[in-house]
Amino acid sequence: MPGDASRLVTHRELLTGWGRTSPSACDVATPTNAGEVCLALQTVRPRGTIARGLGRSYGDAAQSGGGLVLDCTGITGIGPIDPQTGSVTVAGGVSLDDLARAVLPQGWFIPVSPGTRFVTIGGAIAADVHGKNHHVDGSFCRHVTSLTLVIPGGKTLQITPEGDPELFWATAGGMGLTGVVVEATLRLIPVESRYILVDTERTADLDETMSLMAEGDARYRYSVAWIDLGSRRAGGRGVLTRGNHAPLDALPEHWRVDALDHRPRTRITAPPWAPSWLVNMLSVRAFNELWFRKAPRERRAEPQSIEAFFYPLDSIACWNRVYGKRGFVQYQCVVPFGAEHTLRSIAFDLAAGPVPPALTVLKRFGEASPGHLSFPMPGWTLAVDLPAARGRDLDALLDDCDRRVADAGGRVYLAKDGRMHASMVSTMYPRLNEWREIVHRVDPDGRLASDLDRRLDLTGRQSERMPA
Amino acid sequence: MTDALGRPRSLLLLGGASEIGLAIAQRFVERGTRTVVLAGRNLEAMADPAARLRTAGAEVATVPFDAVDIDAHDADIQGMFEQFDGFSLVVLAFAVLGDQRRFEEEPALAGHAAVINYAGAVSAGLAVARQLRSQGRGRLVVLSSVAGQRPRRDNFVYGSAKAGLDAFSIGLSEALRGSGADVLLVRPGFVRTRMTAHLPDGPFAVSAKDVAVAVERALDRGATVIWVPGFLRWAFVVLRLLPQPLFRLLRR
Repeated sequence: MPGDASRLVTHRELLTGWGRTSPSACDVATPTNAGEVCLALQTVRPRGTIARGLGRSYGDAAQSGGGLVLDCTGITGIGPIDPQTGSVTVAGGVSLDDLARAVLPQGWFIPVSPGTRFVTIGGAIAADVHGKNHHVDGSFCRHVTSLTLVIPGGKTLQITPEGDPELFWATAGGMGLTGVVVEATLRLIPVESRYILVDTERTADLDETMSLMAEGDARYRYSVAWIDLGSRRAGGRGVLTRGNHAPLDALPEHWRVDALDHRPRTRITAPPWAPSWLVNMLSVRAFNELWFRKAPRERRAEPQSIEAFFYPLDSIACWNRVYGKRGFVQYQCVVPFGAEHTLRSIAFDLAAGPVPPALTVLKRFGEASPGHLSFPMPGWTLAVDLPAARGRDLDALLDDCDRRVADAGGRVYLAKDGRMHASMVSTMYPRLNEWREIVHRVDPDGRLASDLDRRLDLTGRQSERMPA
Repeated sequence: MTDALGRPRSLLLLGGASEIGLAIAQRFVERGTRTVVLAGRNLEAMADPAARLRTAGAEVATVPFDAVDIDAHDADIQGMFEQFDGFSLVVLAFAVLGDQRRFEEEPALAGHAAVINYAGAVSAGLAVARQLRSQGRGRLVVLSSVAGQRPRRDNFVYGSAKAGLDAFSIGLSEALRGSGADVLLVRPGFVRTRMTAHLPDGPFAVSAKDVAVAVERALDRGATVIWVPGFLRWAFVVLRLLPQPLFRLLRR
């Protein structure tokens, strides 16, 4: 029976993003191939349908209360690698972890790695994720040469940035609201080993970190700074880690034999019972102090494994549980070059704010991608993890940060957001209207919807409802 | 919907002229709630409050809703949820206090009051619950009263309806477990409003704003039952056990 997607629904589940805030009950279906995704998208549902991968977006992007959530992790398969170009075709539900395990032994690596390897290809495209190499290589979708998209209604389209730039770039960073990515072809990068040669430097304060990055980032493919906002006294001191892929001859002799033997492991699992007060001023200050002292004052060309360098937090499974049942939010914004003062004031206001900034990361972005809602733009990005304290203080502080970011011409990352106000989006994402037109064309009936979409009114369907 | 920090995006007030309900709406609008729908019988009575909420920065709509028209509740409420694409927070606030002595003279009047305070709240509450369940999230605030905790000679018609509503809300809260939706049951003591203006202040009287502040805080911490002021919870542990002859002596 065409259009009958109800048989795909396996159960109803309370879903949240990685921040474990604002749960909503969704019907979950677990399609294992493009055909089943087509079937699901043939039906118009009052609360819409949205794809979900590994649930690593922090807010409410991959859930739709009362709607249908397509758990796409069952759509798997990795094609052969073209030895000339490094091109590989991968199913939308494959994780970057699976992909790296498959391709590294053959001397290839993922072109862009976000802070976790547990994201799916579909999710990486929907959020147009970035990594430590953004200043050199741009965001994830820059390396995607083609993708297979099931659009609302159930049609399957093969789109390329050359052939259908509008839909391609509306999908790149489009938060899953243009369709479901069931397959993508991307270009891998050749590597000789699973190691990165890392230069580590401790910095005295935020200004030093920023000037070191501005001056030296060009020498490195990968660059990121961890910042201590645990106390005002810390002054935003940091640890800057930058590196390049290690060629084989840069490694000690006995490491070269299994230099491509990539088998990352998770060491421990965070317990489910962590109380909400665990992440507090004192513990955050202590953790940051430890992290700072653990880092060498200065060390050059230290070989670190890919998993240690790119995904340090992945070694603890379910690390998001340490914030307790209230969960946490990550505030990630970008401000253009020249607005450094805005970034600095936001960082220090968060440090002095009502909740302790547990983990803060700073990075310089390079060229923006053509994605309409793609987050990165040339400038500085700051990502701060904060316990999701309820009450007016944090609300007001983050709203104020939103305004300053928008005034500076910057933006907040939709894949991290769970709390921003709808009125900010069109300022932060000036091409929103252009994107909406494309979305309304591919999804005239509003078959795709998510809690994120409803909260921020991305697709513009809310504003049509309110009577004047 | 409620965001990651617990802010409701939109609010539906059933009993759109209720002072306590409006005080709750005001709190959340100050905090960033952008859509408020006031639903009540008297559209004129809601015009001024609507204007005030607009000044505070919300988009406000007023819609007709009659607590007595039980047959229409489900369709009416479903219509509101469809028109406004759901609500993060629903406040069930309609009630009438009535005059106990007059009720005793005109029993039919008492029956009508009980329909609003109990039967109407039951059908509206269940209709809201149906919508919250289908949207997979959302919160319902039910305004009960300490009057329902132990019947008093002075207001037992009102008190008995609130006792029923109180029990209903506890059951509804259980029924919604795991649905993504939840219920906050509020038991205020004496609240100074138009409804009680003709009465002398009761002991430990609070304002509508006090109730609103307590509701906001309770929603933030995820409480399921609150008393306003808070120590009434403990006062009633004693009051409930007091022998009737002693309780009788405590007039007001």
